[in-house]
Amino acid sequence: MARSKCGRSGTCTLDSAAQARSTADAVARRSYGKLVAFLAAAMRDVAAAEDALSEAFAAALADWPLNGCPANPEAWLLTVARRKGIDGIRRRRSGEVAAVQLQILAELDEAASTVMDDAAIPDQRLALLFACAHPAIDAGIRAPLMLQAVLGLDAKTIASAFLASPDAMGKRLGRAKQKIRQAGIRFAIPARDELAGRLDGVLDAIYAAFAEGWSDPGGTDAIRRDLTAEALFLAGLVAGLLPQEPEALGLLACMLHAEARRRARRTEDGDYVPLAEQDVALWDAAMIDEAEALLLRASALGHIGRYQLEAALQSAHVERRRSGRTDWTPEVQIYDALLALSGSPVVALNRALAIAELQGPRAALEIVDALAADGRLVDYQPYWAARAALLAEPMPTPRLAMPSTSRSASPATPPSGASCSDVRPYCHAAWKKVSGTIPADVLLPRI
Amino acid sequence: MQYLLMLYSNESGWSQMTPAEQEQGVAAYGAYTQALKTAGVLVGSNRLQNSTTATTVHVADGKSQVLDGPYVDSKEQLAGYYLIDVADLDAALAWTARCPGASHGTIEVRPIWDMYAG
Repeated sequence: MARSKCGRSGTCTLDSAAQARSTADAVARRSYGKLVAFLAAAMRDVAAAEDALSEAFAAALADWPLNGCPANPEAWLLTVARRKGIDGIRRRRSGEVAAVQLQILAELDEAASTVMDDAAIPDQRLALLFACAHPAIDAGIRAPLMLQAVLGLDAKTIASAFLASPDAMGKRLGRAKQKIRQAGIRFAIPARDELAGRLDGVLDAIYAAFAEGWSDPGGTDAIRRDLTAEALFLAGLVAGLLPQEPEALGLLACMLHAEARRRARRTEDGDYVPLAEQDVALWDAAMIDEAEALLLRASALGHIGRYQLEAALQSAHVERRRSGRTDWTPEVQIYDALLALSGSPVVALNRALAIAELQGPRAALEIVDALAADGRLVDYQPYWAARAALLAEPMPTPRLAMPSTSRSASPATPPSGASCSDVRPYCHAAWKKVSGTIPADVLLPRI
Repeated sequence: MQYLLMLYSNESGWSQMTPAEQEQGVAAYGAYTQALKTAGVLVGSNRLQNSTTATTVHVADGKSQVLDGPYVDSKEQLAGYYLIDVADLDAALAWTARCPGASHGTIEVRPIWDMYAG
């Protein structure tokens, strides 16, 4: 195996140590998810794959400074991780080794030996995501599990983002990985006929991670900002690996639209800037263009869904800012469609506010009051804020539907995906961009 | 992997069925069992007598405590089981969904602890 330059005859210089670390860092950044996914799929065990890979990285930091960095660091790491993994399996098995374990070892051996460089590693990341978001895994742990398994985030970082204690998060992650192994959850992309249903779980978990990042009330928490970037990476990964799935494209479009407004969302002092008052010049035009292109591609696939609709709302908002014109009719239409899909009272509330713009506060109040019958809104602070605003005269702007400053991290807080004011703007629609029929069984209520 | 499919259902449902309906129910289970056999995944299966026939045993301080009735007194009771051997959880869940018990009751799916796998 070709080696890069190192110190003289086995001694290690500071330079070679630094070079080893920087190579290891670079490999971790570009290939961690692929390596873990490959190992996990072969070993059918996420935790064991993570352990084996982390041991391989540790071995690399000891070996590379002495012997030079290998030409194919990914292949080197896989070979070592495979050996560590086999050791681990042997340690855990007492007495007879079952046939299935022997078979796993053989498969792992064969698979790892054919990998010459990182491009040759079969990409099992999607299979890993589907395992993490399997219906048999508790819905609340799917997003954290994905972030850890595919991106290697530690439990502490994830816990901070999801407002949990590191201990509790670590235990829940451990239990989920144990379930994947012991219950025999498959590492595979579901067959065509069940793909749509299973994909929802993956997309919802990614969106939950993204919304957690957005829910940082001060907009100043570095860990949370990072999490939105990680979620965007996952969404991009899924959209890239499933380019024919319109909802995967729709989710990425939706998230890019929200991300494009990041700089406009806070003043220099960190104060929240409502959507309607944001400086359009601060929006990221390239990101918006990418989002629009994705949404167009999604709509051409002819199967509408929740994330395309949410992206359409965002797209419409961009249109409004460009033209300076407000047309509430299409917005109400998008909310009609979203409501039909999700049955979510939060969507119904936002729809009412759009109707307020179109028909005045009286019509909206009737809807809002009728929504009170839905017990799920009783503890939802924005509901009361919206109602108060409708009762006030003159008719206020719709931004107070979900004032971001009012959210507190209490158990009564609805799922963050529904509470994040900029992720789900209540804006206007280029509904005509999105075509297709609405399936009746796509979405569950979010609140 | 082996999975135990535990069929829970409301026991009063059976006695409230007409003879024709009971016959249909038996036929549905028969067809399901046959399908498992044909696929070569059936390890074992049994229907249980009603939970009124259940007896629980617990040994404490070396003394056996025997009580009349099921372990958990709830409306839906364990009524039978299938033990199947399939590739993974998805396959087990697919077979579970086809079981008549999933429609008139609820089925809990549990992987068997592989004594060799640890």
